[in-house]
Amino acid sequence: MTYLLRRLITFPLVMLGVSVLVFVAIRLVPGDSITAMLGTEAGLLTPQQKQALAAYFGLDQSWLVQYGRWLLGVLSADLGLSVTYGKPVLDVILQRFPLTLELACLSMVVAIGIGLPLGVFAATRRERGSDLAVRIFAMIGQSTPSFVIGLMIIYVLSAGFGILPAMGQFIPFSEDPLGNIGQLILPALTLGLSFTASVTRISRSAMLDVLSDDYVRTARSKGATRRRVIWRHALPNALIPVVTLSGVEFGYLLGGAVLVEQIFALPGLGRMVLDAILQRDYALVQGSVLFVALNFMIVNLLVDLAYVMLDPRIRLGGRS
Amino acid sequence: MSRLLSVRGLTVGFGRGDTAKTVVHGIDFDLSPGETLAIVGESGSGKSVTALSINRLIDDGGGRILGGRMEFTTARGEVVDLVSATDRRMEKIRGSEIGMIFQEPMTSLNPVMTIGRQIEETFRLQQGLGHAAARLEALNALERVRIADAERRLGYYPHQLSGGMLQRVMIAMALAANPRLLIADEPTTALDVSVQAQIMALLAELRRETGTGMIFITHDMGLVAGIADRVMVMNGGRVVEQGTLDDIFDRPQHPYTRHLLQAVPHFSHGRHVRRDVSPGGRALVRPALKVEGLTVRFPATTGLLRRPAGAIHAVEGVGFELMPGETLAIVGESGSGKSTTARALLGLVKASRGSFSLHAGDEIPRRKPIQMVFQNPYASLNPRLDVESLLAEPVLAGGVRPDGDTRKRMMSLLERVGLPSDSLRRYPHEFSGGQRQRLCIARALMVDPSVLVLDEAVSALDVSVQARVLDLLIDLQNDLKLAYLFVSHDMAVVERIAHRIAVLYAGQIVEIGRADAVLSNPRHDYTRRLIAAVPTTDRRRDVFRLQTEAVPSLLRPRGYEPPEAVWAVCGEDHQVLVEQRAMMGEAR
Amino acid sequence: MSRFLTRLLGHSSGRIGGVIVLAYILIALAAQAGLTPYDPLQQFRIDRLQGPSMAHWMGTDMFGRDVLSRLMIGIGQSFLVAFSSVGIAALIGTLLGLTAAWFGHLWDGLVMRLMDVLLAFPAILLALLFIAVVGPGTFTSILAIAFVYAPIFTRVVRGPALSLKARDFVDAARTFGSSTSYILTRHLMLNLVAPLTVQVTLALAWSLLTESGLSFLGLGTQPPGSSLGLMLSDSVNLMEMAPWLLVFPGLAIMLGILGFNLLGDALRDILDPRSRRAVA
Repeated sequence: MTYLLRRLITFPLVMLGVSVLVFVAIRLVPGDSITAMLGTEAGLLTPQQKQALAAYFGLDQSWLVQYGRWLLGVLSADLGLSVTYGKPVLDVILQRFPLTLELACLSMVVAIGIGLPLGVFAATRRERGSDLAVRIFAMIGQSTPSFVIGLMIIYVLSAGFGILPAMGQFIPFSEDPLGNIGQLILPALTLGLSFTASVTRISRSAMLDVLSDDYVRTARSKGATRRRVIWRHALPNALIPVVTLSGVEFGYLLGGAVLVEQIFALPGLGRMVLDAILQRDYALVQGSVLFVALNFMIVNLLVDLAYVMLDPRIRLGGRS
Repeated sequence: MSRLLSVRGLTVGFGRGDTAKTVVHGIDFDLSPGETLAIVGESGSGKSVTALSINRLIDDGGGRILGGRMEFTTARGEVVDLVSATDRRMEKIRGSEIGMIFQEPMTSLNPVMTIGRQIEETFRLQQGLGHAAARLEALNALERVRIADAERRLGYYPHQLSGGMLQRVMIAMALAANPRLLIADEPTTALDVSVQAQIMALLAELRRETGTGMIFITHDMGLVAGIADRVMVMNGGRVVEQGTLDDIFDRPQHPYTRHLLQAVPHFSHGRHVRRDVSPGGRALVRPALKVEGLTVRFPATTGLLRRPAGAIHAVEGVGFELMPGETLAIVGESGSGKSTTARALLGLVKASRGSFSLHAGDEIPRRKPIQMVFQNPYASLNPRLDVESLLAEPVLAGGVRPDGDTRKRMMSLLERVGLPSDSLRRYPHEFSGGQRQRLCIARALMVDPSVLVLDEAVSALDVSVQARVLDLLIDLQNDLKLAYLFVSHDMAVVERIAHRIAVLYAGQIVEIGRADAVLSNPRHDYTRRLIAAVPTTDRRRDVFRLQTEAVPSLLRPRGYEPPEAVWAVCGEDHQVLVEQRAMMGEAR
Repeated sequence: MSRFLTRLLGHSSGRIGGVIVLAYILIALAAQAGLTPYDPLQQFRIDRLQGPSMAHWMGTDMFGRDVLSRLMIGIGQSFLVAFSSVGIAALIGTLLGLTAAWFGHLWDGLVMRLMDVLLAFPAILLALLFIAVVGPGTFTSILAIAFVYAPIFTRVVRGPALSLKARDFVDAARTFGSSTSYILTRHLMLNLVAPLTVQVTLALAWSLLTESGLSFLGLGTQPPGSSLGLMLSDSVNLMEMAPWLLVFPGLAIMLGILGFNLLGDALRDILDPRSRRAVA
């Protein structure tokens, strides 16, 4: 339990570090802060107007004070105003986020649903034809960038079947479940492929490690069948590295969404970040990066929780 | 009487095709019901492979039975050839007819399952019991192996129990379904000597209660003497000799058996101690090493904020003198503080208190008067450096550029420790364990020390290699007038090399004196128990006393100071710590 | 060394990966030396959007430029970014990880908390943030990827360095009184070479992937320069008309990453059989 508590305590500390980094990064943008805040429109202002604005936003004060004010804002859910959308940053983010979150979760389900059984299967058929086939699939899957797969899928669909995957407006699951899944399944497969490959590889090697452990031999010496040993004894142990990987990979999924949303023209958070960068909407960049990092950290906290549940050595600490 | 197991021409190999290698070459043996057969051999003798072949677990480990028959009589009187039995049949036989316990109790239990569930599994698999019934049986099984508070322990995970406890759990599991045969593969090698004695006592008692036949695999002739009816000696995958316990011990025929019985260190209550330094001359020479009040404490913290909760008193007021040319053995079990003492003398851990002084001797100027040889020769040599770089390191560290003289010294030391002269360009992995330890000794001697600290220096080696390295150490000591601080848990080895012995218990020396006096006439309670636990070849079929005494905790509250040590002299150069009730009482 | 090569060539994925990587390196060097079939910027107006032919093996793009030449330049570009970014990341990561492990205490805490903060961002997002601040371009991609990868190297080095620090041979060195620099270089670094080689190879695969992703998004190499990601993004609207614009750069990226992944796997089997943890 101490382990989890310690993690809970470091959580806000790391979050604080993250906020400092994001704040400082945006302050480092070349040019003055008004430009940074207002983007290209700042060019239309006179120096006097700029100064007035700077005073208004407290930009003439020290960075520390500015950071404090910004942080207070963040804590009260005020991430500033987006210039391009003319709305509060948080509103824009919350509007775009459900799609990205669903995309990432769907990819994760695909990856674990396919990768884990495949890895376990390959481990039990070590060095045989089927193992080799799985390993080749995993190797190619891991080496193919999502945008290459995505483009290939679109090409095959449009050139071969004359259909275009559903693009444009996001269809929420609550309104039209079939339409929603239909819209997201191809992007999810695209995004999830390399994750599937990683899960396959990790679960295969973890399973191989575990199968050579002493307690597997003990279970066999009690008369347990190979099947039982694999599912009851080995798998719970082999899951530990798979869970760790899943936490790390979730970050890749959130990041990879930028590319996949771009290719499938989906209005998600990733695409929004990209647009914000291209249009120099710094408040939006700042807010969304912070938001995504927070989500990533929460996922990792959940992963730690799963970890603690899987492994009594962490849950219960040392010898009592 | 019908046989329980009859093995003929058992041949086992690993790998296929070009890399195929036969490791057991056609061995024969028989086992009657209720009989105990000890299979003795060193690493690579094929003894463990033989054990794993009997219940065919060798199939899972990449091995293959290449030939022979193993006829096993089941409880219902059927005779099954274990070599040709189907996998399904074997799964029925394992657990219910043949139980097995392994060397490493710490890794042999599933870390994410409670021990209760792991014991229950045997009952569910072999007797088809439901959850509640299996749990009841598991409770009985735990009580049978004398685990106190069994009900609660069922809910424990393996990492919450000590090695000795876990080995009991393993035994409970292996005996759960009352198998007719128990295979025990070095079941006590990973354990402390007093825990070993407990496990051996338990095995002997359970064997009497249940009438189980047993195959006991070991490298230790002393253990064999205590438990076996018959003995089979293996070497290089072949049986060199087998017979009754008395035949093998009293009338060994094969030279290898004689070697195991004679050349290898066996404990003999101080009858074979060294007598090459006259104990009378102590007062005339200055000690090479003098230690006074050495104390090592580690801060202990608790809870989330790591509040200081006191200190682990790992070493408490240790003091002794070590004369040139003399070996002082520091003996104790794990957690006694013996290694910490050694490490403190080398500066690897910081002593909280106490002093030690080194006297280098008069004839030669010594550069670095104290050196150390570590337990594991595989870990103490950097695998990426060749022998020349390894030997040069202590010299370099002393600020001297290695030159022609250094090279000459390397060559002569290599020769002295019995390594080939072309070793300089080779890397550690090209040497065997014993050779590596010789290399470590040569490295320590590069800077011409006066004191050598040997921390379990032969413990990781095979018994016959152990004997040769000990001989080398004794020769070197006599030639170079080296003083040895020999840290060990192994009484048999200590008896071979020590002039004096200090017994360490819970961080304190409880008894110190001449080796023969301490070993033949132990005065402290702990020393007596320790010596009683040591298996010897002359205690045949002797049941060890079953005792369950835990090592006291070394954690002390903040600001705790132990009472002044009071010593009782009980003979010439033989002192014993007077029991301090207050302290011991608190510790329990 | 020759023993190592024999083992690498005896390893099937090592053989394939090695050949691919070597071929790519040769192509990259040839491209840098100007040894392309055509000038990659030369526009053959009449030959716009031509499929593969004897004259243009991989066809031409919408400006009539030779795809093969641009592909070679793109590979050169991608490799430049990959090698320099991984080089910088490995250097910084090793330095931080090694010193954190050795000196411990405050320094270790400081370094590792900083790494926690950096690792709290999804990797691509951190690279995007970096680019948002500095502005797009080849040099920015190098720094961005190095910036993202350095924390991973720090962790990768610190772990084994900590366990090496606890090994008996380091204790032995301390009993001899060996200097810190001697212990760090001879005992720690020498033993870290193997895991680092594996990690660098796998990082190169990842870096190649990230670089092509960034340039695909238009944040890496800027036109008229050539890079594989840029070629792909140019092909998006033309894929039905000119699929070769999609297929060749797509395969080139995939094969390059595959080469490094295969090589990395083989190196891990040979050099560092115990560690199985990939950087994913």
